Amino acid sequence: MIIAERKPFAEIKAAVAPYEKILIAGCGTCVAVCLVGGEKEVGLLASQLKLAWGQEGKHPTIGEMTVERQCDREFIQPLGDAVADYDVVISTACGAGVQFLAALPGMKPVIPALNTTFIGVNEEAGFYTERCRACHQCYLGVTGGICPQTMCPKGLLNGPCGGNIQGKCEVNPDRACAWCEIYARLEQQGRLEQIDTILPLHPNGRSNTPATVIHPAYKRRYFAHE
Amino acid sequence: MEFTPKILALLCTYCTYTAADMAGSARMQYPANVRIVKYLCTGRIDVLHILKGFEAGADGIMVSGCEAGTCHFLEGNLRARERVEFVQHLLDECGLGSERLVMYEVAASDAPKWVEAVNEMVERINRLGPSPLNPNWKPGSMASEEQELAVRI
Repeated sequence: MIIAERKPFAEIKAAVAPYEKILIAGCGTCVAVCLVGGEKEVGLLASQLKLAWGQEGKHPTIGEMTVERQCDREFIQPLGDAVADYDVVISTACGAGVQFLAALPGMKPVIPALNTTFIGVNEEAGFYTERCRACHQCYLGVTGGICPQTMCPKGLLNGPCGGNIQGKCEVNPDRACAWCEIYARLEQQGRLEQIDTILPLHPNGRSNTPATVIHPAYKRRYFAHE
Repeated sequence: MEFTPKILALLCTYCTYTAADMAGSARMQYPANVRIVKYLCTGRIDVLHILKGFEAGADGIMVSGCEAGTCHFLEGNLRARERVEFVQHLLDECGLGSERLVMYEVAASDAPKWVEAVNEMVERINRLGPSPLNPNWKPGSMASEEQELAVRI
């Protein structure tokens, strides 16, 4: 899922300071799981804003609304209808959600409340680590389920660099070297010969942004014949 | 008008609430500034409960649970402590100040410690003054002087 962190409160407060009616729009999927943008966190931000402005004698209208996903047209329509009563929207979605919301017809200015960080996993409550760089070409099948693009800071596809120190990464000695881990995993699974597979040059050209994917079943619908 | 702190106390029923009850039965004297809310465990106390308490005008909030290692539900008090620390961070961020929220540990048999905790909390809030969300209560503040002036006129 997508992992994000909340922006410092002062930054959010300064961005919405000129407005009187504020809608905080939550997203109930990835950012709700990583405890920064779901219904509860929307309430928390609203409460913090009320406390901060209350001290200055200001009492702006603050609305709260959380939808299932802000990256899906089907779900953001209610937000599009609700903004009529507000001057500005704070979105606690990831960057994708913020952009999709901001592009709705008739939308008011949208302020992001989060810094979107990476695609990762939920190790434990409140503890998330990166696993995927969305690089368009997956090698996990031959690398023992450990991504050399993500887990190696240098993104090396064919074995470790010369810098690893007793299985530790030279960039961050607290971490294990991704290629040492790949070796150990393949050996443990009895398929060490796969480490000889030479991976071709990564098709970085495909990673040009912004990328588009059209599911093969929908090519006719979107006139994307090859 | 003299400032009378309004303090919200969020207590665990298994320990501090019992201690507060015992303090009452034993007729121990402590300031009447606290409003007690009984929880089945401090682990149930949510970040939003505390923030809403401040929104509603509390000058200070005390959370009090079992001593470490004695939680009826094993680790509810440890979770409460984590949450209290998080809310203290949020309060610092929004300018209210983390000193207005304190976590105590009072065992069920320790009524004198509860009295001591309340006294300490009241003393602390008296020192900090009223919550900035209630400027009218501040003696000598602009708002209260204006009010007094309005009454005189």
